[in-house]
Amino acid sequence: MPHSALPLQWRRYPERYYLKGNYCENCKQSFFPARTVCPNCRRKGKLVEKSMPHSGKIVSWTELFVGPFGFEQETPYFLAIVELENGAKALSQIVDSDAKKIKIGAKVKKVFRKISDIDPEGPIAYGYKFKVVG
Amino acid sequence: MVGIIGYGVHVPLRRITVEEIARVWKKDGKKISNAIGVKEKAVGAFDEDACTLAVEASRKALETAGISGEKIGAIFVGSESHPYAVKPTASIVGDAIQASPEYMAADLEFACKAGTAGMQMCMGLVKSGMIEYGLAIGTDTAQGRPNDALEFTAGSGAGAIIIGGKQEEIIAEIDETYSYTTDTPDFWRRQQAEFPQHGGRFTGEPAYFKHVLGAVKGLLAKTKMNPNDFDYAVFHQPNGKFPKQIAKMLGIEEKRVLQGLLTPMIGNTYSGSSIVGLGSVLDIAKPGEKILMASYGSGAGSDAFALTVTENIREKRAKVPVLEMIKEKEYIDYTEYAKHRKKIKTM
Ligand SMILES: [Zn+2]
Repeated sequence: MPHSALPLQWRRYPERYYLKGNYCENCKQSFFPARTVCPNCRRKGKLVEKSMPHSGKIVSWTELFVGPFGFEQETPYFLAIVELENGAKALSQIVDSDAKKIKIGAKVKKVFRKISDIDPEGPIAYGYKFKVVG
Repeated sequence: MVGIIGYGVHVPLRRITVEEIARVWKKDGKKISNAIGVKEKAVGAFDEDACTLAVEASRKALETAGISGEKIGAIFVGSESHPYAVKPTASIVGDAIQASPEYMAADLEFACKAGTAGMQMCMGLVKSGMIEYGLAIGTDTAQGRPNDALEFTAGSGAGAIIIGGKQEEIIAEIDETYSYTTDTPDFWRRQQAEFPQHGGRFTGEPAYFKHVLGAVKGLLAKTKMNPNDFDYAVFHQPNGKFPKQIAKMLGIEEKRVLQGLLTPMIGNTYSGSSIVGLGSVLDIAKPGEKILMASYGSGAGSDAFALTVTENIREKRAKVPVLEMIKEKEYIDYTEYAKHRKKIKTM
């Protein structure tokens, strides 16, 4: 069976595998996921590819008890906005972390996990999640 | 000259005790735990597999080696739980560590010894000058059929080794290697089968012991060394007892085996097993010390290695030693274990 979403998924491997985003040489800001146009500089922006740092801190989080399609069996799980060391922000699941340690300001690092594996005969999607350190 | 320039070990967070598994099947957990020399085993989470563990171990190996993924010229991933039957794990690992597309890659399978087979392949490629650096990984999220003897030990973990040929980078020189292989059907899993089958007691004498002894004795003859010339000995560890028994047979003092014997705390990590043990030894070994390592893969074969630790080890050790890393753990009960390892059929 052909998987029509495959090319879309595959193009995101660099983003998912090692946090490839981009950086505007004009306003010196990093973006994750990569933007097609710099939101600050618009036409004057000069975007170049850049890998993001693999650590950061939680700036906002929530616990999900009802997961969307494909995540029903992962509940309950934590979702957070992580501010990376260069200021870029990533939305990510938080795993392998004591619930008491998941709070605003907690230091986190990137881990490599399966992010979707719902069809036993289909492709497996790998990517980033974060865990609290210390 | 050829040797190890970096190493990395990754063990997942979750643990289940042998007593908890025994409780479910109304068996005597204490008795079983003593008999196999295993207290608890590491369990990969639902979103972990042999590939994710391999990536984490490889990243740590690159970190200790102090090189970037682009420099890697070969990636071999040894596992008996590759996520796909067809589609390499090695290429996923390569992309995840940002290797350049200019590397050769293959997945290997030889029960629990495919990781050390990868080390030997990297040695050959480095020695011949075909590549500068090679990455060999042993990784598994091992599965035991519910209520089978293997369920008490089948664990999850990975070890990664980077092989190179520059004297100033080598932390442990590989002085010699020797392999011993015969067709012995002690353990197998057919293509469509979910869980492996094994020959019960047949897995001991004619399988593990014969092949590991065969490889070690061959290595000793080739190097003209004695068992106690080695400061440390690391053996494949399907349980906590076999490595001690093999040491006794070879006349090696038990204390030389303990630093590399992780199975009592994390279970049998299959393809990761001997490499994880080697990682723990490299965490503390001093320059000039000698290490004996022998893997075992059912089916059956053993790869033995003689290594000498160099001065460079002082600068290039893992940030977190294996024995320290495995202290970070979370205990789960059998129900959570079944959920994470997808033992419930409707999941
Ligand atoms: Zn800009």
